[in-house]
Amino acid sequence: MAFEDQRTTVYKVDPEHPESETLPTLRTEELLLNMGPQHPSTHGVLKVILELEGERLVKSTPVMGYLHRGVEKLAEEGTYHQFIPHTDRLDYVCAMYNNFAYCRAVEKLMNLQVPERAEYLRTIVAEIQRIIGHQFWLGTQALDIGAMTVFFYCFRDREILLDWFDELCGARLTTSWYRIGGVERDLTPSLLGKLKQFLDYFPPKIDEYIVFLEKNRIWVARTKGVGVISAEDAVSFGLSGPTLRGSGVDYDLRKYEPYSAYPKCEFSVPVGKNGDTYDRYWIRVMEMYESVKIIRQCLEQMQEGPIMADVPSVTLPPKERVFTNLEAMIQQFKLFSQGFNAPPGEIYCGTEAHKGELGFHIVSTGGGKPYRLKIRAPSFIHMGAFDYMSRGYMIADAITLFGTYDIVMGECDR
Amino acid sequence: MHLLAQRVQDTFPVGFVSATEWRGDVSVTVTRDAAHEVARFLHDDPGMDFDYIVHVSSVDWPDDEERFEVVWEFYSIRKRQRIRLKVRVPESDCVVDSLTDIWKGADFMEREVYDMMGIRFRNHPDLRRILMPDDYTEGYPLRKDFPLRGKGWRDTFDFLDEIPR
Repeated sequence: MAFEDQRTTVYKVDPEHPESETLPTLRTEELLLNMGPQHPSTHGVLKVILELEGERLVKSTPVMGYLHRGVEKLAEEGTYHQFIPHTDRLDYVCAMYNNFAYCRAVEKLMNLQVPERAEYLRTIVAEIQRIIGHQFWLGTQALDIGAMTVFFYCFRDREILLDWFDELCGARLTTSWYRIGGVERDLTPSLLGKLKQFLDYFPPKIDEYIVFLEKNRIWVARTKGVGVISAEDAVSFGLSGPTLRGSGVDYDLRKYEPYSAYPKCEFSVPVGKNGDTYDRYWIRVMEMYESVKIIRQCLEQMQEGPIMADVPSVTLPPKERVFTNLEAMIQQFKLFSQGFNAPPGEIYCGTEAHKGELGFHIVSTGGGKPYRLKIRAPSFIHMGAFDYMSRGYMIADAITLFGTYDIVMGECDR
Repeated sequence: MHLLAQRVQDTFPVGFVSATEWRGDVSVTVTRDAAHEVARFLHDDPGMDFDYIVHVSSVDWPDDEERFEVVWEFYSIRKRQRIRLKVRVPESDCVVDSLTDIWKGADFMEREVYDMMGIRFRNHPDLRRILMPDDYTEGYPLRKDFPLRGKGWRDTFDFLDEIPR
């Protein structure tokens, strides 16, 4: 790391007060401090080199890549279907939304229409994932800042949803439930019942989270006016999701480029005005209420129907048929060994995940494998603004800033 | 041709190379020398107004004369439109003007392109590796000539035939 040597400033004696000459010369130094990569508040393996003047941050240099696994290179080896489980490992807290964003990108490449019921199912599960993501964020952010209680309440409710995922697809975190052209399986009556029960149970619990934090003077003092970024700067840095909306820009792809079942649902996009950590917290809490609203509407509107597009050259056959029907088995085998034939071309498709815009830029030259796949990871791009946003704040506010971006290193480093 | 691409062609008749529209995505290819000016035009012109940088990507075409392709994706929050700007550079001189003076977010994104593909950005304030280690000298991992399964490091490990007692 090429850094200047620690600079030493010797304060001159004030000419108006010559008596101070007798005092020993006050000497201050700029201090370099390594924070991470093993630090509980960096949410994974992230190192930041902080240049300090006293306790003030002068400059901070994020050092990333400790979790770099070369996912983009791996994508070039496998078929389009085979990349779905890799997307789980990007933002491992919110695997469903990664699957969703990836499947949408491939569907755009293949020009595939997803059946209506599948769109509703996708929206429901994506919003559940958004609730999980925000619960996880709220719990850990509050824990980092010093409010411990809310962590347990958030994780208690998150557990219910993770168990629901477990029943839906057999995994709590690495779900791989979305498929290109639809979803893997339908909701069972038991899952539906549990979901409805949760929707009645959950909104009062959000009120509870708010009570814990609003009345907590430490929380308010450490979030209000910390990490302020203006709307213009936030847009220029390419921030997205609640991090951008906290500054008063209502950029939300669910409204700007409506997809899936979102255009059929009524919901509002909470927007902050001060651009500080507190506003971003408030937006995330309000989004949980909105997610509950969206799920309710989807459950009401959803009709019976197929959950997978019927394009045998691209989409997978239903699992039951693979074991009983020869054609279906051949179809499954061919799709996984050779992949489907994608047309040559180039697309970008962004999806509003709970952290921000998660996009996939896919270049295809024909054939079963992507020629180049680039992931636009919101965590990575948010880290780009870290230095700018942290300047002038106290050392402890660096922790607040990590939290306010909602970074997950799996996605940041890919 | 799409209206946006048409405007770029009209404003930069020399720098304009080609434009495509596929699956609703408009992409414009310009020459390397014009890239910075075109980007400035996309950002500042009131009809374009691309204030939001989505991502910077790169593609490697080893068989082409101009081997690398840098891809910028822009979005206009006020106008709700998208455009993709592409530039081709040869391997012998893979340098592109940095857009960090127009979009602040381009900083980390361009560093990633440099790290993964080895394309350098002129006037970039801090062009260092970002995901790979600083002292990594074995090339740029996303280039097509970088082997997909590694360079055989695993074969060079010393394995013990049996556990010494």
